[in-house]
Amino acid sequence: MILQGTVHKYSKANIDTDVIIPGPYLKIHDHDELATHAMEGIDPEFTKKVSDGDFLLVGNNFGCGSSREHAPIALSKSGIRAILSPSFARIFYRNAIDGGYLLPIEIDENILDQIDDKDKIEINLENHTIKDMTKDNKIYDIKPFSKIISEIVEAGGLFNYNKT
Amino acid sequence: MGMTITEKILSHASNCNKVTPGDVVFANVNKVMIHDVSGPGVMKVFKELEKKGKPMGKIWNPDNVWISEDHFVPASDRVSADNVIQLTKWAQKNGIQKHFKYGFGQYGICHTLSHEEGLVLPGEVYVGGDSHTNTTGAMGAFAAGLGHTDIAYVLTHGKIWFKVPETLLFKLSGKRPAHLMAKDIILNIISDIGTDGANYKTMQFAGNVVDELEMEERLTLTNMTTEAGAKNGIIEPDTVTTEYLKHRTQQKFNLIKSDADAEFGEVFEYDCDKMEPSVAKPFSPENVVVVRELQNTEIDKAYIGSCTGAKLSDLRSAAKILKGRKVRVRTEVLPAAQSIYMKAIKEGLVTIFMESGAVIGPPTCGACCGAHMGVLGKGEICVSTTNRNFPGRMGHVESQTYLASPMVVAASAITGKITDPRDIQ
Repeated sequence: MILQGTVHKYSKANIDTDVIIPGPYLKIHDHDELATHAMEGIDPEFTKKVSDGDFLLVGNNFGCGSSREHAPIALSKSGIRAILSPSFARIFYRNAIDGGYLLPIEIDENILDQIDDKDKIEINLENHTIKDMTKDNKIYDIKPFSKIISEIVEAGGLFNYNKT
Repeated sequence: MGMTITEKILSHASNCNKVTPGDVVFANVNKVMIHDVSGPGVMKVFKELEKKGKPMGKIWNPDNVWISEDHFVPASDRVSADNVIQLTKWAQKNGIQKHFKYGFGQYGICHTLSHEEGLVLPGEVYVGGDSHTNTTGAMGAFAAGLGHTDIAYVLTHGKIWFKVPETLLFKLSGKRPAHLMAKDIILNIISDIGTDGANYKTMQFAGNVVDELEMEERLTLTNMTTEAGAKNGIIEPDTVTTEYLKHRTQQKFNLIKSDADAEFGEVFEYDCDKMEPSVAKPFSPENVVVVRELQNTEIDKAYIGSCTGAKLSDLRSAAKILKGRKVRVRTEVLPAAQSIYMKAIKEGLVTIFMESGAVIGPPTCGACCGAHMGVLGKGEICVSTTNRNFPGRMGHVESQTYLASPMVVAASAITGKITDPRDIQ
């Protein structure tokens, strides 16, 4: 799988689910409506900046806090296809994978300083690399998915995964 | 090499003789919880699947599923009211009997009901559609929070995948001073390991201090493991556990414990003699300092509520300090369940709170997650018995929350400043 898009960078660590989709919106279950509030706690202009297929580049422990699946749903429906971070909080990570909403991709911490906001990049899940097309096609490695995660991703979510 | 209690529970649940950290297992689940936020989310997953030609089918075991109404009760608006109606219809259609409804006798915060009603037993695998499901691990169960898709999967398949977590063991020893609560201890631990210090891992608590803690205080330790990123928090069951459950369930259960030669990822030793009442400053539960460093910090509100800090033991601790004194700032007390509210009335705690000037509210998660029932305004500062203090968590994004024990919150309510309970005259 090869994906291309623009990077939206928020390098702060510990961006939590209250920031990604604040508590008052938990009662909303319409996916399109949730998308209009994505990242409202950190950038009220976020949804205006994102185009379909774009990527987030964020600090470590992204998605910590609550188990609300609203978080990956809101990001996915606002156009985000993959998130690059040194680490993810566990429930956010499995919600993103099992629900088939978007791809949480682990990177080395130093990549956070190399790739800038608005860079155009290519993510190659076959050879586990990122190419920064804005910066002379510089190549970085990404951490491959574990066996079960890549199988669930390939199946398109947990409900399509039959190897139990 | 032996197994930890968490590894043993997951190995039994997945019919494996032995599991080691890193193994991926499909574990059979004993109990499932959904509430008025995750429930409609799960129903939405089923609706989307149906659109794709995959009808939901039957629930694997309706008797092992229970529902609480806690986040948006009393209904904050029409959307919340509609969610509860939708949830009720779905529960009836799917034959779920254990539905703790607001305004129909016992109800309350899901994590409180799980122990107060004896819904989860030692040795069981329990998953809930809420991150603080970890709380119930204090009963000696494997308890973990999951999202909507995973809960939908468990409801229809009776099992779910887990990567077997490595266990971090926290040994709490020494003589715990009377003013030091479980909340102070867990805040100090989170301060040391950080909010991702236990990410994907188990936090297990042991040592003489844990042995001597009453069940509700133990539940504060496991509740806050979520704030260190833990998959689950757990305490081996003992006589405190069996005594606690004696009047709450007739069902038999197994007291699973770690093997003597179990392997832990890391062991942390804490001497509680030297630990002091502490608070987590905005905007992270790891941002911990001793209370006396902040004693001139003025506050606008003192909040005693939530699954973390409104159990009966929490209310008793707060009442001891508030008895015969008046609050100087807005103070709210919301017992975590109807049964706890009733016990607080019978013990005279509610009278103490009201005579101090505090307002008593119905059990709800509302203010803890900044949703309704007393949210903070711009610039307001709150000292709270809850579990999170992220930006905007309890209201306006420019409000501030300090996390503390019920004793610290009660002492602060009296002075109007963040106060160590030892400094109350």
